[in-house]
Amino acid sequence: MPHRVDARGLSCPQPVVLTQKALQDAGNDVIEVIVDNACSLENVTRFARSKGCAVETAPLSHAEAEGEGVDGCYIIRITPRAGAR
Amino acid sequence: MKQSRLVIISGLSIGAASVLLMRLGNPANMGVCVACFIRDIAGGLGLHRAAAVQYLRPEVPGFILGSMIVSSITREFKPRGGSSPLLRFVLGFFMMIGALVFLGCPLRMGLRLAAGDLNALVGLVGFAAGIWVGLIYLRNGFSLGRSTRLPAPNGAAMPAMAAGTVLLAAAAPAFIFFSTSGPGASHAPLLISLAVGLLVGVLAQRSRLCMAGGIRDLFLIKSGHLFVGFVAIFAAALVLNLAVGDFKLGFEGQPVAHTDGLWNFLGMGLVGLCATLAGGCPLRQCILSGEGDADAAVTVLGMLIGAAFAHNFGTAASAAGVTANGKWAVAIGYAAAVAIAYFCLPRAQKGGKADAA
Repeated sequence: MPHRVDARGLSCPQPVVLTQKALQDAGNDVIEVIVDNACSLENVTRFARSKGCAVETAPLSHAEAEGEGVDGCYIIRITPRAGAR
Repeated sequence: MKQSRLVIISGLSIGAASVLLMRLGNPANMGVCVACFIRDIAGGLGLHRAAAVQYLRPEVPGFILGSMIVSSITREFKPRGGSSPLLRFVLGFFMMIGALVFLGCPLRMGLRLAAGDLNALVGLVGFAAGIWVGLIYLRNGFSLGRSTRLPAPNGAAMPAMAAGTVLLAAAAPAFIFFSTSGPGASHAPLLISLAVGLLVGVLAQRSRLCMAGGIRDLFLIKSGHLFVGFVAIFAAALVLNLAVGDFKLGFEGQPVAHTDGLWNFLGMGLVGLCATLAGGCPLRQCILSGEGDADAAVTVLGMLIGAAFAHNFGTAASAAGVTANGKWAVAIGYAAAVAIAYFCLPRAQKGGKADAA
Protein backbone atom coordinates (compact mmCIF):
# COMPACT_ATOMS: atom_id res chain seq x y z
CA MET A 1 0.00 0.00 0.00
CA PRO A 2 1.65 3.27 -1.07
CA HIS A 3 1.85 6.28 1.23
CA ARG A 4 -1.24 8.33 0.60
CA VAL A 5 -1.87 12.04 1.09
CA ASP A 6 -5.47 13.22 0.96
CA ALA A 7 -5.22 16.91 0.10
CA ARG A 8 -8.85 17.36 -0.94
CA GLY A 9 -10.40 20.63 0.15
CA LEU A 10 -7.15 22.11 1.47
CA SER A 11 -6.05 25.65 0.58
CA CYS A 12 -2.81 26.58 -1.12
CA PRO A 13 -0.06 25.64 -0.32
CA GLN A 14 -1.07 22.80 2.02
CA PRO A 15 -1.22 20.11 -0.71
CA VAL A 16 2.41 20.92 -1.58
CA VAL A 17 3.49 21.09 2.08
CA LEU A 18 1.93 17.67 2.75
CA THR A 19 3.53 16.24 -0.39
CA GLN A 20 6.89 17.61 0.69
CA LYS A 21 6.53 15.95 4.11
CA ALA A 22 5.34 12.67 2.59
CA LEU A 23 8.30 12.54 0.20
CA GLN A 24 10.65 13.01 3.14
CA ASP A 25 8.96 10.25 5.14
CA ALA A 26 8.51 7.77 2.28
CA GLY A 27 12.15 7.27 1.40
CA ASN A 28 12.10 5.63 -2.01
CA ASP A 29 8.48 4.43 -1.82
CA VAL A 30 5.79 5.61 -4.20
CA ILE A 31 3.37 8.14 -2.76
CA GLU A 32 -0.14 8.96 -3.92
CA VAL A 33 -1.62 12.43 -3.50
CA ILE A 34 -5.33 13.04 -3.99
CA VAL A 35 -6.40 16.58 -4.85
CA ASP A 36 -9.77 18.04 -5.81
CA ASN A 37 -8.84 20.91 -8.09
CA ALA A 38 -6.72 21.61 -11.15
CA CYS A 39 -4.60 24.23 -9.40
CA SER A 40 -3.43 21.79 -6.71
CA LEU A 41 -2.88 19.15 -9.40
CA GLU A 42 -0.53 21.51 -11.25
CA ASN A 43 1.25 22.66 -8.07
CA VAL A 44 1.90 19.17 -6.69
CA THR A 45 2.95 17.84 -10.12
CA ARG A 46 5.32 20.76 -10.72
CA PHE A 47 6.80 20.41 -7.24
CA ALA A 48 7.39 16.65 -7.53
CA ARG A 49 8.97 16.99 -10.98
CA SER A 50 11.26 19.73 -9.63
CA LYS A 51 12.46 17.16 -7.08
CA GLY A 52 13.35 14.79 -9.92
CA CYS A 53 10.44 12.42 -9.26
CA ALA A 54 8.47 10.58 -11.92
CA VAL A 55 4.84 11.76 -11.85
CA GLU A 56 1.70 10.14 -13.22
CA THR A 57 -1.68 11.79 -12.90
CA ALA A 58 -5.18 10.46 -13.53
CA PRO A 59 -8.75 11.36 -12.63
CA LEU A 60 -9.67 9.69 -9.35
CA SER A 61 -11.71 6.51 -9.79
CA HIS A 62 -14.49 5.34 -7.48
CA ALA A 63 -12.42 2.33 -6.37
CA GLU A 64 -9.55 4.59 -5.26
CA ALA A 65 -11.76 7.17 -3.59
CA GLU A 66 -12.76 4.99 -0.63
CA GLY A 67 -16.30 6.27 -0.46
CA GLU A 68 -15.60 9.96 -0.94
CA GLY A 69 -16.75 11.99 -3.93
CA VAL A 70 -14.58 11.73 -7.04
CA ASP A 71 -15.95 14.58 -9.12
CA GLY A 72 -13.11 16.84 -10.28
CA CYS A 73 -10.57 14.90 -8.18
CA TYR A 74 -7.22 13.63 -9.37
CA ILE A 75 -4.73 11.08 -8.11
CA ILE A 76 -1.05 11.91 -8.48
CA ARG A 77 1.42 9.00 -8.27
CA ILE A 78 4.90 10.14 -7.39
CA THR A 79 7.89 7.81 -7.76
CA PRO A 80 11.07 9.20 -6.21
CA ARG A 81 14.11 8.76 -8.39
CA ALA A 82 16.65 6.89 -6.25
CA GLY A 83 19.08 9.31 -4.65
CA ALA A 84 17.41 12.30 -6.27
CA ARG A 85 15.97 13.76 -3.10
CA MET B 1 6.11 24.81 -19.90
CA LYS B 2 2.86 26.15 -21.29
CA GLN B 3 1.73 27.09 -17.78
CA SER B 4 4.84 29.18 -17.09
CA ARG B 5 4.40 31.03 -20.39
CA LEU B 6 0.82 31.76 -19.33
CA VAL B 7 2.07 33.28 -16.05
CA ILE B 8 4.43 35.60 -17.95
CA ILE B 9 1.80 36.62 -20.52
CA SER B 10 -0.73 37.28 -17.74
CA GLY B 11 1.76 39.36 -15.76
CA LEU B 12 2.76 41.42 -18.79
CA SER B 13 -0.90 41.98 -19.74
CA ILE B 14 -1.90 43.02 -16.22
CA GLY B 15 1.06 45.42 -15.97
CA ALA B 16 0.23 46.97 -19.33
CA ALA B 17 -3.52 47.13 -18.60
CA SER B 18 -2.79 48.93 -15.34
CA VAL B 19 -0.84 51.67 -17.06
CA LEU B 20 -3.58 51.90 -19.72
CA LEU B 21 -6.27 52.37 -17.03
CA MET B 22 -4.16 55.07 -15.42
CA ARG B 23 -3.88 56.92 -18.73
CA LEU B 24 -7.64 56.59 -19.14
CA GLY B 25 -8.43 58.16 -15.81
CA ASN B 26 -7.68 55.82 -12.88
CA PRO B 27 -5.67 57.40 -10.02
CA ALA B 28 -1.88 57.68 -10.22
CA ASN B 29 0.00 54.41 -9.71
CA MET B 30 -3.41 52.84 -9.11
CA GLY B 31 -4.27 51.40 -12.51
CA VAL B 32 -5.42 48.32 -10.66
CA CYS B 33 -5.44 47.94 -6.88
CA VAL B 34 -7.68 45.33 -5.31
CA ALA B 35 -7.54 46.89 -1.84
CA CYS B 36 -8.09 50.49 -2.98
CA PHE B 37 -10.91 49.45 -5.30
CA ILE B 38 -12.73 47.39 -2.69
CA ARG B 39 -12.31 50.42 -0.38
CA ASP B 40 -13.90 52.61 -3.06
CA ILE B 41 -16.75 50.10 -3.46
CA ALA B 42 -17.32 50.17 0.32
CA GLY B 43 -17.54 53.96 -0.03
CA GLY B 44 -19.86 53.78 -3.04
CA LEU B 45 -22.21 51.56 -1.03
CA GLY B 46 -22.11 54.08 1.81
CA LEU B 47 -20.46 51.67 4.23
CA HIS B 48 -18.02 54.48 4.97
CA ARG B 49 -18.43 58.19 4.31
CA ALA B 50 -14.93 59.26 3.24
CA ALA B 51 -16.12 61.48 0.43
CA ALA B 52 -12.88 61.22 -1.60
CA VAL B 53 -12.95 57.42 -2.03
CA GLN B 54 -16.44 56.45 -3.15
CA TYR B 55 -16.97 54.73 -6.51
CA LEU B 56 -18.29 51.31 -7.51
CA ARG B 57 -15.09 50.25 -9.31
CA PRO B 58 -16.13 47.81 -12.05
CA GLU B 59 -12.65 46.22 -12.13
CA VAL B 60 -13.19 44.13 -8.98
CA PRO B 61 -16.53 42.60 -10.06
CA GLY B 62 -14.79 42.15 -13.42
CA PHE B 63 -12.13 39.93 -11.81
CA ILE B 64 -14.83 37.82 -10.17
CA LEU B 65 -17.00 37.52 -13.28
CA GLY B 66 -14.02 36.88 -15.59
CA SER B 67 -12.90 34.07 -13.31
CA MET B 68 -16.44 32.66 -13.17
CA ILE B 69 -16.84 32.68 -16.95
CA VAL B 70 -13.52 31.00 -17.74
CA SER B 71 -13.74 28.47 -14.89
CA SER B 72 -17.23 27.50 -16.09
CA ILE B 73 -15.82 26.84 -19.56
CA THR B 74 -12.89 24.80 -18.24
CA ARG B 75 -15.21 23.03 -15.78
CA GLU B 76 -13.14 24.17 -12.81
CA PHE B 77 -16.07 26.12 -11.35
CA LYS B 78 -17.08 24.23 -8.23
CA PRO B 79 -19.30 25.50 -5.39
CA ARG B 80 -17.33 24.75 -2.24
CA GLY B 81 -16.69 26.10 1.23
CA GLY B 82 -16.78 25.39 4.93
CA SER B 83 -13.08 25.85 5.71
CA SER B 84 -13.21 28.23 8.70
CA PRO B 85 -15.27 30.93 6.98
CA LEU B 86 -15.35 33.25 10.00
CA LEU B 87 -11.57 33.09 10.47
CA ARG B 88 -11.17 33.86 6.77
CA PHE B 89 -13.44 36.87 7.23
CA VAL B 90 -11.12 38.09 10.01
CA LEU B 91 -8.02 37.47 7.87
CA GLY B 92 -9.61 39.37 4.98
CA PHE B 93 -10.56 42.20 7.34
CA PHE B 94 -7.00 42.64 8.62
CA MET B 95 -5.50 42.10 5.17
CA MET B 96 -7.42 45.27 4.24
CA ILE B 97 -6.39 47.11 7.43
CA GLY B 98 -2.72 46.43 6.63
CA ALA B 99 -3.10 47.30 2.95
CA LEU B 100 -4.72 50.64 3.75
CA VAL B 101 -1.90 51.54 6.14
CA PHE B 102 0.62 50.85 3.36
CA LEU B 103 -1.81 52.28 0.76
CA GLY B 104 -2.19 49.43 -1.69
CA CYS B 105 -2.59 45.71 -2.17
CA PRO B 106 0.43 43.64 -3.29
CA LEU B 107 -0.52 44.34 -6.91
CA ARG B 108 -0.42 48.10 -6.41
CA MET B 109 2.84 47.62 -4.51
CA GLY B 110 4.32 46.25 -7.73
CA LEU B 111 2.82 49.12 -9.75
CA ARG B 112 4.14 51.72 -7.31
CA LEU B 113 7.58 50.15 -7.53
CA ALA B 114 7.36 50.25 -11.33
CA ALA B 115 6.72 54.00 -11.12
CA GLY B 116 9.86 54.51 -9.01
CA ASP B 117 8.13 54.74 -5.60
CA LEU B 118 10.79 53.34 -3.26
CA ASN B 119 8.34 53.24 -0.33
CA ALA B 120 6.92 50.22 -2.13
CA LEU B 121 10.31 48.52 -1.87
CA VAL B 122 10.05 48.83 1.92
CA GLY B 123 6.54 47.41 1.63
CA LEU B 124 7.82 44.52 -0.47
CA VAL B 125 10.39 43.58 2.19
CA GLY B 126 7.62 43.71 4.82
CA PHE B 127 5.32 41.64 2.60
CA ALA B 128 8.02 38.97 2.21
CA ALA B 129 8.66 39.00 5.97
CA GLY B 130 4.94 38.49 6.68
CA ILE B 131 4.83 35.57 4.23
CA TRP B 132 7.90 34.06 5.89
CA VAL B 133 6.20 34.21 9.29
CA GLY B 134 3.03 32.62 7.85
CA LEU B 135 5.12 29.81 6.40
CA ILE B 136 6.50 28.89 9.83
CA TYR B 137 2.94 27.99 10.81
CA LEU B 138 2.16 26.26 7.50
CA ARG B 139 5.27 24.09 7.79
CA ASN B 140 4.11 23.07 11.25
CA GLY B 141 0.75 21.90 9.99
CA PHE B 142 -1.37 25.06 10.17
CA SER B 143 -4.70 24.48 8.47
CA LEU B 144 -8.07 26.21 8.36
CA GLY B 145 -9.59 22.80 7.66
CA ARG B 146 -11.04 21.26 4.55
CA SER B 147 -13.64 22.79 2.31
CA THR B 148 -16.34 20.55 0.95
CA ARG B 149 -18.64 20.65 -1.99
CA LEU B 150 -21.70 22.82 -1.36
CA PRO B 151 -25.06 23.30 -3.08
CA ALA B 152 -24.80 25.38 -6.28
CA PRO B 153 -26.12 28.72 -4.92
CA ASN B 154 -23.02 28.96 -2.69
CA GLY B 155 -20.88 29.32 -5.79
CA ALA B 156 -23.30 31.60 -7.61
CA ALA B 157 -23.84 34.13 -4.81
CA MET B 158 -20.58 36.04 -5.18
CA PRO B 159 -20.72 36.36 -8.99
CA ALA B 160 -24.34 37.52 -8.57
CA MET B 161 -23.24 40.20 -6.11
CA ALA B 162 -20.47 41.20 -8.53
CA ALA B 163 -22.98 41.53 -11.37
CA GLY B 164 -25.24 43.56 -9.08
CA THR B 165 -22.35 45.91 -8.29
CA VAL B 166 -21.74 46.50 -12.01
CA LEU B 167 -25.44 47.18 -12.58
CA LEU B 168 -25.52 49.69 -9.72
CA ALA B 169 -22.39 51.39 -11.07
CA ALA B 170 -24.03 51.69 -14.51
CA ALA B 171 -27.47 52.75 -13.28
CA ALA B 172 -26.03 55.11 -10.62
CA PRO B 173 -29.16 55.36 -8.44
CA ALA B 174 -29.29 58.19 -5.86
CA PHE B 175 -28.40 55.92 -2.92
CA ILE B 176 -24.99 55.07 -4.40
CA PHE B 177 -22.17 57.48 -3.51
CA PHE B 178 -19.86 58.83 -6.21
CA SER B 179 -16.87 60.98 -5.25
CA THR B 180 -16.79 64.37 -6.94
CA SER B 181 -13.12 64.95 -6.05
CA GLY B 182 -10.15 62.87 -4.86
CA PRO B 183 -9.08 59.38 -5.98
CA GLY B 184 -12.69 58.17 -6.09
CA ALA B 185 -13.49 60.72 -8.78
CA SER B 186 -10.57 59.54 -10.94
CA HIS B 187 -11.66 56.63 -13.04
CA ALA B 188 -11.52 55.23 -16.53
CA PRO B 189 -14.80 54.88 -18.49
CA LEU B 190 -16.99 52.22 -16.90
CA LEU B 191 -17.07 49.80 -19.83
CA ILE B 192 -13.30 49.91 -20.27
CA SER B 193 -12.75 49.32 -16.55
CA LEU B 194 -15.14 46.39 -16.68
CA ALA B 195 -13.50 44.95 -19.80
CA VAL B 196 -10.03 45.16 -18.26
CA GLY B 197 -11.37 43.63 -15.05
CA LEU B 198 -12.86 40.72 -17.01
CA LEU B 199 -9.60 40.21 -18.93
CA VAL B 200 -7.53 40.25 -15.72
CA GLY B 201 -10.02 37.82 -14.17
CA VAL B 202 -9.67 35.40 -17.07
CA LEU B 203 -5.86 35.60 -17.16
CA ALA B 204 -5.39 35.39 -13.40
CA GLN B 205 -7.72 32.39 -13.20
CA ARG B 206 -5.88 30.51 -15.93
CA SER B 207 -2.39 31.36 -14.69
CA ARG B 208 -3.20 31.05 -10.92
CA LEU B 209 -1.34 34.34 -10.53
CA CYS B 210 -0.89 35.25 -6.85
CA MET B 211 1.37 37.92 -5.42
CA ALA B 212 1.65 36.15 -2.05
CA GLY B 213 2.02 32.73 -3.68
CA GLY B 214 4.92 33.99 -5.79
CA ILE B 215 7.08 34.89 -2.81
CA ARG B 216 5.76 32.01 -0.71
CA ASP B 217 6.86 29.42 -3.29
CA LEU B 218 10.31 31.01 -3.51
CA PHE B 219 10.72 30.36 0.23
CA LEU B 220 8.81 27.10 0.48
CA ILE B 221 9.82 25.07 -2.57
CA LYS B 222 12.46 27.30 -4.18
CA SER B 223 10.18 27.73 -7.20
CA GLY B 224 10.02 31.00 -9.10
CA HIS B 225 7.06 29.85 -11.20
CA LEU B 226 4.51 32.33 -9.74
CA PHE B 227 7.04 35.00 -8.77
CA VAL B 228 7.78 35.43 -12.48
CA GLY B 229 4.22 36.77 -12.81
CA PHE B 230 4.96 39.49 -10.26
CA VAL B 231 8.18 40.35 -12.09
CA ALA B 232 6.30 40.49 -15.41
CA ILE B 233 3.69 42.92 -14.00
CA PHE B 234 6.53 45.09 -12.68
CA ALA B 235 8.51 44.92 -15.94
CA ALA B 236 5.58 45.78 -18.23
CA ALA B 237 4.48 48.69 -16.03
CA LEU B 238 8.08 49.92 -15.66
CA VAL B 239 8.71 50.01 -19.41
CA LEU B 240 5.42 51.79 -20.10
CA ASN B 241 5.91 54.27 -17.23
CA LEU B 242 9.35 55.11 -18.61
CA ALA B 243 7.91 55.45 -22.11
CA VAL B 244 5.17 57.89 -21.09
CA GLY B 245 7.37 59.74 -18.58
CA ASP B 246 5.51 58.65 -15.43
CA PHE B 247 8.60 57.17 -13.78
CA LYS B 248 9.94 59.16 -10.82
CA LEU B 249 12.49 57.50 -8.57
CA GLY B 250 12.47 58.37 -4.87
CA PHE B 251 10.62 58.27 -1.56
CA GLU B 252 9.19 61.78 -1.39
CA GLY B 253 6.13 63.15 -3.17
CA GLN B 254 4.92 59.85 -4.63
CA PRO B 255 1.21 59.74 -5.54
CA VAL B 256 -1.16 58.32 -2.88
CA ALA B 257 1.74 57.20 -0.69
CA HIS B 258 3.51 58.18 2.54
CA THR B 259 7.14 57.85 3.58
CA ASP B 260 6.74 56.22 7.01
CA GLY B 261 9.04 53.24 6.41
CA LEU B 262 8.25 51.33 9.60
CA TRP B 263 4.52 51.35 8.91
CA ASN B 264 4.93 50.63 5.22
CA PHE B 265 6.88 47.55 6.33
CA LEU B 266 4.43 46.53 9.07
CA GLY B 267 1.30 47.24 7.02
CA MET B 268 2.44 45.10 4.13
CA GLY B 269 3.80 42.51 6.57
CA LEU B 270 0.28 42.09 7.93
CA VAL B 271 -1.03 41.63 4.38
CA GLY B 272 1.64 38.98 3.71
CA LEU B 273 0.87 37.09 6.92
CA CYS B 274 -2.92 37.14 6.44
CA ALA B 275 -2.65 36.26 2.73
CA THR B 276 -0.39 33.29 3.46
CA LEU B 277 -2.75 31.96 6.13
CA ALA B 278 -5.81 32.52 3.91
CA GLY B 279 -4.17 30.86 0.90
CA GLY B 280 -3.84 33.84 -1.44
CA CYS B 281 -3.41 37.55 -1.99
CA PRO B 282 -6.42 39.89 -2.39
CA LEU B 283 -6.48 39.36 -6.19
CA ARG B 284 -6.35 35.57 -5.79
CA GLN B 285 -9.23 35.69 -3.27
CA CYS B 286 -11.37 37.51 -5.88
CA ILE B 287 -10.46 34.91 -8.50
CA LEU B 288 -11.22 31.97 -6.20
CA SER B 289 -14.54 33.54 -5.21
CA GLY B 290 -15.41 33.58 -8.92
CA GLU B 291 -14.61 29.85 -9.17
CA GLY B 292 -17.30 29.03 -6.63
CA ASP B 293 -15.10 29.16 -3.51
CA ALA B 294 -17.47 30.52 -0.85
CA ASP B 295 -14.61 30.74 1.68
CA ALA B 296 -12.71 33.09 -0.62
CA ALA B 297 -15.94 35.05 -1.10
CA VAL B 298 -16.20 35.47 2.68
CA THR B 299 -12.58 36.67 2.68
CA VAL B 300 -13.47 39.30 0.06
CA LEU B 301 -16.44 40.40 2.18
CA GLY B 302 -14.07 40.63 5.15
CA MET B 303 -11.94 42.96 3.04
CA LEU B 304 -15.03 45.04 2.17
CA ILE B 305 -15.99 45.45 5.82
CA GLY B 306 -12.34 46.00 6.79
CA ALA B 307 -12.24 48.89 4.32
CA ALA B 308 -15.42 50.37 5.80
CA PHE B 309 -13.94 50.18 9.32
CA ALA B 310 -10.61 51.60 8.09
CA HIS B 311 -12.29 54.82 7.04
CA ASN B 312 -14.97 54.98 9.74
CA PHE B 313 -12.35 54.49 12.49
CA GLY B 314 -9.66 56.55 10.79
CA THR B 315 -7.14 53.70 10.52
CA ALA B 316 -6.38 54.19 6.82
CA ALA B 317 -3.21 56.12 6.05
CA SER B 318 -3.01 59.01 3.60
CA ALA B 319 -0.29 61.03 1.91
CA ALA B 320 -0.02 62.87 5.27
CA GLY B 321 1.09 59.66 6.99
CA VAL B 322 -0.17 56.90 9.27
CA THR B 323 -2.70 57.68 12.02
CA ALA B 324 -2.41 56.52 15.63
CA ASN B 325 -5.59 54.49 15.08
CA GLY B 326 -3.95 52.87 12.05
CA LYS B 327 -0.97 51.76 14.14
CA TRP B 328 -3.25 50.27 16.80
CA ALA B 329 -5.32 48.51 14.15
CA VAL B 330 -2.23 46.92 12.59
CA ALA B 331 -1.04 45.81 16.04
CA ILE B 332 -4.45 44.24 16.74
CA GLY B 333 -4.30 42.64 13.29
CA TYR B 334 -0.99 40.94 14.08
CA ALA B 335 -2.36 39.70 17.40
CA ALA B 336 -5.45 38.28 15.66
CA ALA B 337 -3.49 36.69 12.80
CA VAL B 338 -0.92 35.08 15.10
CA ALA B 339 -3.70 33.80 17.39
CA ILE B 340 -5.49 32.25 14.39
CA ALA B 341 -2.21 30.78 13.14
CA TYR B 342 -1.29 29.31 16.52
CA PHE B 343 -4.67 27.89 17.45
CA CYS B 344 -5.08 26.24 14.04
CA LEU B 345 -1.88 24.25 14.49
CA PRO B 346 -2.55 20.52 14.93
CA ARG B 347 -1.03 20.43 18.43
CA ALA B 348 -3.23 23.31 19.58
CA GLN B 349 -6.39 21.45 18.63
CA LYS B 350 -6.86 19.11 21.57
CA GLY B 351 -9.04 16.16 20.74
CA GLY B 352 -8.93 17.09 17.07
CA LYS B 353 -7.45 14.96 14.36
CA ALA B 354 -3.67 14.99 14.34
CA ASP B 355 -3.40 15.36 10.56
CA ALA B 356 -4.22 18.39 8.48
CA ALA B 357 -7.95 17.62 8.43
